[in-house]
Amino acid sequence: MLKRLTFAALLSLSVATGALAAGERSGGTLVFTAPYGSSFATLDVQASPNTQEEFITQAIHRGLYSWNSIENKPVLELADSEEVSEDGLTHTYHLRKNAVFHNGKALTADDIIYSYKRIANPKNAFPGASFIAVIKGAEEFIAGKSEEISGLKKVDDNTLAITYTGPINPGFPLMQNTTVIYPSNVEDESTFAKNPVGLGAFVFKEHVPGSQVVVEKFDKYYEEGKPYLDRINIVLMAEDAARDVAFRNKEIDVSILGPTQYQAYQGEEGLKDHLLEVAEVYTRNIGFNPAFEPFKDKRVRQAINHAINAPLIIERLVKNKAYPASGWLPLSSPAFDKDKAPYAYDPEKAKALLAEAGYADGFEFEVTASPNESWGVPIVEAILPMLKKVGITVKPKPVESSALGDAVTTNNFQAFIWSNLSGPDPLNAMRCYYSKTAQSACNYTSYASADFDKLYEAAQQERDPAKQNDLLRQANNIVQDDAPVWFFNYNKAVMAYQPWVHGLVPNATELAVQPYDEIWIDETAPGSRK
Amino acid sequence: MLRFTLRRILQVIPTVVVVALLIFVIFSVVPGTFAASLFADGKRAADPQMIARLNEEFGLNKPLMERFVTYVTDLAQFDLGTSFRTRQPVIDLINDRMGASLQLAVAAMVFALVVGVPLGFLAALRPGSILDTVTMIGAVSGLSMPQFWLGLLMMYLFALQLNWLPSFGYGDGSFQNLILPAVTLGVTPLALLARTTRAGVLDVLNADFIRTAHSKGMSEMKVVRWHVSRNALVLIVTTVGLQFGSLIGQAVVIEKLFAWPGIGSLLVDSVAIRDIPVVQGTILVIVLWFLLINTAVDLIYAAIDPRIKQE
Repeated sequence: MLKRLTFAALLSLSVATGALAAGERSGGTLVFTAPYGSSFATLDVQASPNTQEEFITQAIHRGLYSWNSIENKPVLELADSEEVSEDGLTHTYHLRKNAVFHNGKALTADDIIYSYKRIANPKNAFPGASFIAVIKGAEEFIAGKSEEISGLKKVDDNTLAITYTGPINPGFPLMQNTTVIYPSNVEDESTFAKNPVGLGAFVFKEHVPGSQVVVEKFDKYYEEGKPYLDRINIVLMAEDAARDVAFRNKEIDVSILGPTQYQAYQGEEGLKDHLLEVAEVYTRNIGFNPAFEPFKDKRVRQAINHAINAPLIIERLVKNKAYPASGWLPLSSPAFDKDKAPYAYDPEKAKALLAEAGYADGFEFEVTASPNESWGVPIVEAILPMLKKVGITVKPKPVESSALGDAVTTNNFQAFIWSNLSGPDPLNAMRCYYSKTAQSACNYTSYASADFDKLYEAAQQERDPAKQNDLLRQANNIVQDDAPVWFFNYNKAVMAYQPWVHGLVPNATELAVQPYDEIWIDETAPGSRK
Repeated sequence: MLRFTLRRILQVIPTVVVVALLIFVIFSVVPGTFAASLFADGKRAADPQMIARLNEEFGLNKPLMERFVTYVTDLAQFDLGTSFRTRQPVIDLINDRMGASLQLAVAAMVFALVVGVPLGFLAALRPGSILDTVTMIGAVSGLSMPQFWLGLLMMYLFALQLNWLPSFGYGDGSFQNLILPAVTLGVTPLALLARTTRAGVLDVLNADFIRTAHSKGMSEMKVVRWHVSRNALVLIVTTVGLQFGSLIGQAVVIEKLFAWPGIGSLLVDSVAIRDIPVVQGTILVIVLWFLLINTAVDLIYAAIDPRIKQE
């Protein structure tokens, strides 16, 4: 099953459902939903790490790189071309000459330098600073030890040289929501929070706090013929049930589905044919703290992986809105190992492993869990009887989401259940198992393996993407074998869309975030949209 | 009357102070921090440097007592602080949302009053009649029905099936968008008002002075108008006051469900991400609103019934 559901297959399935239909039509209004809360924190997206603000970013802003969902990799966005130095450290970007900000200013190298300095400014404490840190000299700038970022060099107005700290793919950090480019000629920076100015296909029109953001077509957008839409209403709708009614009532054009809705929509004519699915870059897992005595032993951790029937939980509780995990890197990762099988459900093997480890009589442990239906308390409750069968008693410790983050990053847990980022950059994803990564960063299970470190360090130095992926694939398999976590599943994100909407893409980084400049609506749309 | 009014207004101050302190203490001890909430959805890896920078910027590294002093000093100057999440003054965020909340609360209360009071009155004048039975069954149902479920039901019926009204959102502030959330929110106070009006009117109808009025040859209409209405009014005003005061707090669920941009949904979001200044400010405003409405009710009592003023 897993082997057949490769990312390529998913991609082609998704594309076939309506992503790249021909006959684009210009005009109309799209009513898009932002489902992650009932407000936008700020319109100054450089200041916000939240997914909710990415909906605004997609419409209004552009970064040096962007994510191409079809190619499943970051691509150049604000530059026509780049040259990379022999050592792979310096990239020289030839910027688009036709890119213009919404305030009329043409894009220059100064805007990029200004933006990266603003993001890294220690006084701002912006979340994107860690992404800018890949640029040489940024660490010193962030620490307040220098006035400039030495790795940023303006060659001329349209040419910028950036020297990085290593031979990395800068596309991943510089395509982020928090690293978009702002114009350098706005005197009062505080206005970005109320009147955003960007290079995107849509111009900010209106923000009704707690209700919606409205954007309108930017006539000077650099992609010829785009965008197709005249207007987008990005409405805030946090409640699944309310979104369901609004979608069925054709008041909104897209809706992100939870497990229950996914199951319902699959069984309904008129809805089942308009579902866009993708394996997102998140791995749901139960992390084990090696400071807790039983979890020091790899056999105990492996036993837990064998004792839980993950496919059954995915089928019954998650309503098949997930793919069983066979390791840390997800299906959509370029370093995913399609030949690696997940841990088999085998309670007898689990018992044997526990006996070997000296826990034949079992033990008891606590799982810190949020209320999330797909990776929280309900899942812990589902594994209770399975682990009980092999003698292990599990106690759920319910906490709120923000308390979960606090408990995990302060190493205050025996085990936790969470959904964690495992892509799209496999090098960055595997960083979370590198022994030099702090526990409080993302090495939550304090994982340390000399074999893993060797492969990871080799991958860091490798400039050939295929070879780098191969090294990371091997590193991923070491992690799978060591089982620092129970590998539960990879999220299957599902978006329902109205039949008149075209141009949606299977964005593995976050399905809810779509390239608005590619979207168009056809003649069958209701009058209010046309 | 002036002394009575001043005394009631001054009584609000200690209540606000106690509430403010309680809010501070509660949110200082609950687990979870704003910085940790930024990666709570697991969509990004934790960044210890960013956590440290944010904790420093928002003064969360400082001792509890120092933060408390800052909080109290700011509050004394009517400064509710700055939102961690939006980095805007809390008062601005509340101002942005207060209009929509008031609009919803007033509409819900008007609906409850216009429907609930006459129904309760008519039911009391004809006890045991079909109208009385139906009204009381309706009132019990209204009180026992979870608002969230009722809201979904209304959406399903009036938006999806009948297509009369939009199912969600503020739109351009049109009346159509207001109807479903206001009616959903108004059902509980409506049910309470119908019940208390009926009980109050029945009570008055059995009083000696009503018998006296009838024996004097006063018409039914005049008895109801001059004696029953006025005496039942105290109970009705009490119910209206209590309900109206708590409506903004109750609206949290409704605002979330109907994507209504009031302070209720702002509060829910802020609690989830531990944006403590916004939580503190919003709760304080809701409490203040409740206290002010209650004070207004007390003053109205005094106007309706001079005995209260004397007490």
